[in-house]
Amino acid sequence: MLFQPINRNYHDFSIVRDKDACINCKVCIRQCAYEAHYWDESRQKVMHDNAKCVGCHRCEALCPTSALLIQKKKSDFKDNALWKPEFIKYIYKQADTGGVLLTGMGSPVGNIPVYWDKLLLDASQVTNPSIDPLREPMELKTFLGAKPVKLEFTKTKDGSPKLKTKLTPNIELNYPLMFSAMSFGSINFNLHIAMARAATELGICYNTGEGGLHKTLYQYGKNTIVQVASGRFGVHRDFLNAGAGIEIKVGQGAKPGIGGHLPGEKINEMVSVTRMVPLGSDAISPAPHHDIYSIEDLHQLIFALKEASEYRVPVSVKIAAVHNVAAIASGIVRAGADIVAIDGMRGGTGAAPGMIRDNVGIPIELALAQVDQRLRDEGIRNRASIVAAGGIRCSADVVKAIALGADAVYFATAALLAVGCTLCGKCYTGKCSWGIATNDAKLAKRQNPDVAAKKLVNLVHAWGHEIEEMLGGMGLNSIESLRGNRDKLRAVGLSDTEMDILGVKHAGR
Amino acid sequence: MKRVYPNKDYCIGCHICELACLTAHSKSKDLILAYTVERTGEGLSSCKHVHEGGPTCVALSCRHCDEPSCVAACISGALQKDPESGRTTYDREKCVGCWSCLMACPFGAIARHPLENKIVKCDLCFDRPGGPACVAACPNQALKQEER
Repeated sequence: MLFQPINRNYHDFSIVRDKDACINCKVCIRQCAYEAHYWDESRQKVMHDNAKCVGCHRCEALCPTSALLIQKKKSDFKDNALWKPEFIKYIYKQADTGGVLLTGMGSPVGNIPVYWDKLLLDASQVTNPSIDPLREPMELKTFLGAKPVKLEFTKTKDGSPKLKTKLTPNIELNYPLMFSAMSFGSINFNLHIAMARAATELGICYNTGEGGLHKTLYQYGKNTIVQVASGRFGVHRDFLNAGAGIEIKVGQGAKPGIGGHLPGEKINEMVSVTRMVPLGSDAISPAPHHDIYSIEDLHQLIFALKEASEYRVPVSVKIAAVHNVAAIASGIVRAGADIVAIDGMRGGTGAAPGMIRDNVGIPIELALAQVDQRLRDEGIRNRASIVAAGGIRCSADVVKAIALGADAVYFATAALLAVGCTLCGKCYTGKCSWGIATNDAKLAKRQNPDVAAKKLVNLVHAWGHEIEEMLGGMGLNSIESLRGNRDKLRAVGLSDTEMDILGVKHAGR
Repeated sequence: MKRVYPNKDYCIGCHICELACLTAHSKSKDLILAYTVERTGEGLSSCKHVHEGGPTCVALSCRHCDEPSCVAACISGALQKDPESGRTTYDREKCVGCWSCLMACPFGAIARHPLENKIVKCDLCFDRPGGPACVAACPNQALKQEER
C-alpha cells in the first residue's frame, strides 16, 4: 500500500497468472480498460495490479494461452452475520469519498427470494397427450395491445361474415420476447444496430430506451418500441411515429423513484444529435415526469402521444414493481394504456445508487401475479397487455412469467450476457471492457454488430425452441393457452401468503 | 481471388492475429513455444502487423496484388504470381535478401527476417486446412477472407 490509501488492498479480485503459460504477449494489457495489467519495463514482463481489477474477465477470455485466472480475493474479514464484507467495504469507500455508492446491472443480493426458482411447471401424463413441437405446429405468436371485449360480425352481400368490431392497434411478435429498454448512450450504437437487426430478423421488438433513435435506425421501425421518459431526450414527431409502439417510462426496476444520469463523457457527437442535448453535457432525467402527478395527468400524456401518432400504435406505460403495484397498474389501464410493462427489482441498469438498487421495489413474480389478478378482477384485463421485466434469466422464467399472467417479457441483461457481458457491474464508469456500456471509440468497436446480432438471434431461437418444448410437454400448442394459466404452476417451499399472492398451489396439491 | 480483408471499424487492436500467424508458421504449432523459443531463437515473425493510430487500428499483410510491384522488383525470381491461385508466392531458397521487394511494396507489407537475409511475407496459409490462421483467430470477425 505504499503511497496509497490505507484500505486499497481490500479489493475484490485477484489476478492469477500462470507463469508457465504467460508469454508476455500483452494482449491482457491492451484489453483491460481499467489498466490492471501493465508492462514492467525494468522487469521486461507483464505485471498486474489486483486493486484495479473489476472482475470483468475480458483478459481471461482473450488470453491466447489461457494463462489468466480471475478469482475473488481470498482474504476474509472475521465472520460476522450482520457485517457482511460488502457492508464493511461500503463504509470504507464512503468514508473516503463522501459520495453515493454507484453500481451497474441488476441487484446481486441473495436474501430476496427468486420466486422463479420456487415454481415448477406441469407436464402431461396419460390423461392428456403431450405434444412434440418438432412434429406438430406450435404457436408462439403474441399480440400486444388492447383486445376487444367481444367480436361482432356482419354479413356481406354474398353471405360471408365480415368483422364489424373495430380493432385497436397491436404489436405483433413472433416470440413472446422483447429486448428491453437500453438507451443509445448508455450502450453504444453498435449494440443498438445489433438489437435492431436481430429484432427485425426475429420478428420481435427492441426498445430504444430514453435516448432517442438514431436516424439510420428508422428503417427498423417496425420492430422498434420508442420510449418517452422523464427527460424527453430525443423525442420529436418523427421519433414518435418511427416505431411499432410508444412506451412512457415512469419507473425502472433497478432504481424505482429516481431518475437517470448519463454522464457528459458518454455524450459523443452521435449521442448528442440523437438525444438533442449539447455535446459533452450531462443528460439528466428527472425522477418524476414533471407533467404527471396523477392518473389523470398520465391519461393526458397517453392520449397526447396517441394523437401525435394518429392512433396507429399502442401506447405502453412502464413502471417499476413497487408496493401497491396492482392498484397503480389498474389506474394505468384506466388511463388508456394499451400495454403495462412492469419492471421487477432485479432489473438491470447502466447506473444506479447501490442502496436503491438493492433495497427498493419488489420482485417481478409477485408484482406480475398481483397485477394480472387485479386487472382480471376488475374486468379490464383485455384492455391492456402485461409485459414482465426484470430478472428473466432463461426460457423457463419466460414460461413461468406467462403462466403467471404476462403476455410477453422484456429481457436485457440476458441480451447483454449474450454479447459478452460478465455482470461486473461497472457500466457506470463508461469503460466497459466488453465494449457494451461505453462510447469510447476504441472500446465500442469491440462489439461488431454482425457478431452481436447473430448472438442475439441465436439466443432467442434457442429460447423459442425451449419454450415450445415446455409448452408441448404441458399438452399446449399455443402460448395463448398458457397465458395466466397458473394451474400449470406449483410452488415449492413457499409460505401460504406467498402462494396466495402468486395464486399458485403448493407442489403435491 | 479470395483475399484477407481487414475491417478497421471492428479491429480491436488485440494483436491476436499476429500470434495466430506466428503459431501457424512455426515448427511446433504451439503458441507458447512459437512465441518464446522460435521467435526469440530463430527469428520467427508474424506476416501480419496491427497498425494503430488513436482509436483506429487495422491488421495489414500482403495484399496479393493483381499486378504485384514486388514480383516486378524481385531480382532472383523468388517472388512470383501464381496464375492458378492468384497468390503472390515466395520461394525462400531463391531469395538473396536484396530488399528490392521491401522498397517496391506500396503497402509496406513485406518485412525483413530479423536474423537472416530473407523476407517475411503472408502466404495466405495456403496449406492450412482451416484457411488463414489470422482470420480464424480474430475474436471480433474484423478479418475476413472473401471474394470482392
